Amino acid sequence: MKTLDLIGSAIGNTFRSKTRTILTILAIFVGAFTLTITNGLGTGINRYIDDTVAAIGADDVMTVTKVADNASDDADGPREYDPDAISGGPVAGPPGSTAVVAPIGTTQLDELAAIEGVERVQPTKTIDADYITSDDGMKYEIGVGGFVNGMQLQLAAGEQPDAAASESQVVIPDSYVDALGFDDADAAIGETVTLAVTDSEGVQHELEATVVGVAEASLGTTSSAVPNDAFGDALFDAQSTGLDASERDAFSEATVWFDADSTEEEITALQDRLADAGYDSTTVTEQLGTFKAVIDGIVLVLNAFAIIALLAASFGIVNTLLMSVQERTREIGLMKAMGMGSGKVFGLFSLEAVFIGFLGSAIGAGLGMLVGTAVSSALGGALLADLPGLTLIAFDPVSIAVIILVVMGVAFLAGTLPAARAARQDPVESLRYE
Amino acid sequence: MTAPILSAKDVHKSYGRGPNRFDALKGVSLDIHEGESVAIIGKSGSGKSTLMHVLALLDQPTEGSIELEGADTRGLRGAKLNRTRNKTFGFVFQQFFLTPNASVIENVVLPLKIAGVGRGERKRRGLAALEQLELDDKARNKAVNLSGGQKQRSVIARALVNNPRVIFADEPTGNLDTATGAVVEDILFDLNREQGITLIVVTHDEELAARCDRRIYIRDGVIVDEEVAA
Repeated sequence: MKTLDLIGSAIGNTFRSKTRTILTILAIFVGAFTLTITNGLGTGINRYIDDTVAAIGADDVMTVTKVADNASDDADGPREYDPDAISGGPVAGPPGSTAVVAPIGTTQLDELAAIEGVERVQPTKTIDADYITSDDGMKYEIGVGGFVNGMQLQLAAGEQPDAAASESQVVIPDSYVDALGFDDADAAIGETVTLAVTDSEGVQHELEATVVGVAEASLGTTSSAVPNDAFGDALFDAQSTGLDASERDAFSEATVWFDADSTEEEITALQDRLADAGYDSTTVTEQLGTFKAVIDGIVLVLNAFAIIALLAASFGIVNTLLMSVQERTREIGLMKAMGMGSGKVFGLFSLEAVFIGFLGSAIGAGLGMLVGTAVSSALGGALLADLPGLTLIAFDPVSIAVIILVVMGVAFLAGTLPAARAARQDPVESLRYE
Repeated sequence: MTAPILSAKDVHKSYGRGPNRFDALKGVSLDIHEGESVAIIGKSGSGKSTLMHVLALLDQPTEGSIELEGADTRGLRGAKLNRTRNKTFGFVFQQFFLTPNASVIENVVLPLKIAGVGRGERKRRGLAALEQLELDDKARNKAVNLSGGQKQRSVIARALVNNPRVIFADEPTGNLDTATGAVVEDILFDLNREQGITLIVVTHDEELAARCDRRIYIRDGVIVDEEVAA
């Protein structure tokens, strides 16, 4: 029998017992549908994270902190006071937990710069702005984010701040456009805004900058103004007025640049060298890695449920085909008597299983994509409107194809038992069967 | 004289082993020449069906051998055996064994499909076989909607479609009324006479057997009598 005729016969046989076939297809459909949706969820969220990566930081930098001498307590008791320690950023744990880090001063910066693999090092200047205002005079609170060269903010209008420019530039968040009295994002470009900082002596300084861009709210930069290097330095200097050099140059963290072409091993080696010198380091990938790992974990659990549904459905295939083999005993016997080989009989039944699997998964994936897209755009307009650029459920043609192929594979495996039974049939016995 | 098309040499066939052993054939030898019509006659359980299965190479003898045109068939295995059966034999069964929901033409061309004949050629030969049996107007009908006689004629068309040299007919008229049965018998004997197809009929119907060139009586797994038509 020719392969094409074999496939044709298998497809034809699938529809011989319509009700039974449709019920089996429905069972597979449920599994494939769930798998498509959960997979789409993972794809959508991870894609959004990937897009956001560039906004959080360039991928050739890492954040470095100096490990405080008393940071790791062996004992359970309270931590010894260290007058030099700085409480760094929040860490995992109950709200309010902070890591205690040692300050990074000029000496430490030189030390870091000397480490092999470090191309450049820059202290992270924390700026605490009081307010932002424009010509119309209303003052609004605002955070100030750091801008690292290579970062790509997700902009609604304008362009990225120019790190090399000597004039003061700033990118403001989309949500401030209205408040500051601009008609829309495009109208804000080129306008002047004023940011105020207070120094250690309580004197408030006002500094002006030109708006070069308007950032969309994203996971990376929610509602911070992002200055370019020149403006950032100016704000920091104003804020540090009255501090002596040693107080001023005590940063909680620094940014280290490394070769953008580094392999993962090279980055790990660099992190090891930093650790030997007493520094903790986190790359952007690592920061996001935890985030992605959580999402992947959730998607994996959801996928596991879908796969359980598929397993249940595969028993449906076994059952359907066993009944089919039973019903067609004589036909199988006749075909064998007429010279059809056992291999072809096996092929006929397993192809039928694969076809049932294909129908179930194709319909499931197709409908899953339709429903997913509909749900995603409905949520995007309402519940998730604050996260522009997020497609909650996105579909990647490769993973859809993989789902269909996997389901067909599962169907094939389910079909092997009945197909083998058909192939083993003795034509004489089958023809005698009443 | 040329070698017989089928020849059984001291064929034994037994099922089971030990105390459950059942000997269906206990040393059967016979020669069937090309163009002959032979009736194998016996009661149920006599071993006549087993003999047909062994002769049609559907089953292997426990002892002894079957020769096809003088060549021992014990060496035939797998694909080669399947091809030989497909090209040499046609089968007509009492219970028809038609796929009920497939069309008549689809049922008829099944041996060609198995042989790997192309779609166009299949259709042409299938229609030719149906025409020969005056069933070409029923080609598109579902097999389940045919009358008994039409079903058996479709089965004969299916047996004929691959131009076999031997047709095995197992109680071909067993499920038909006398009149229809007679028509089917006429068709089979016409094929035997006009196209020279060897006809091997397994039956317990004496009247049908009487029309064959040779009658072989079998009882308890041995040939008890052989009659040649005058």
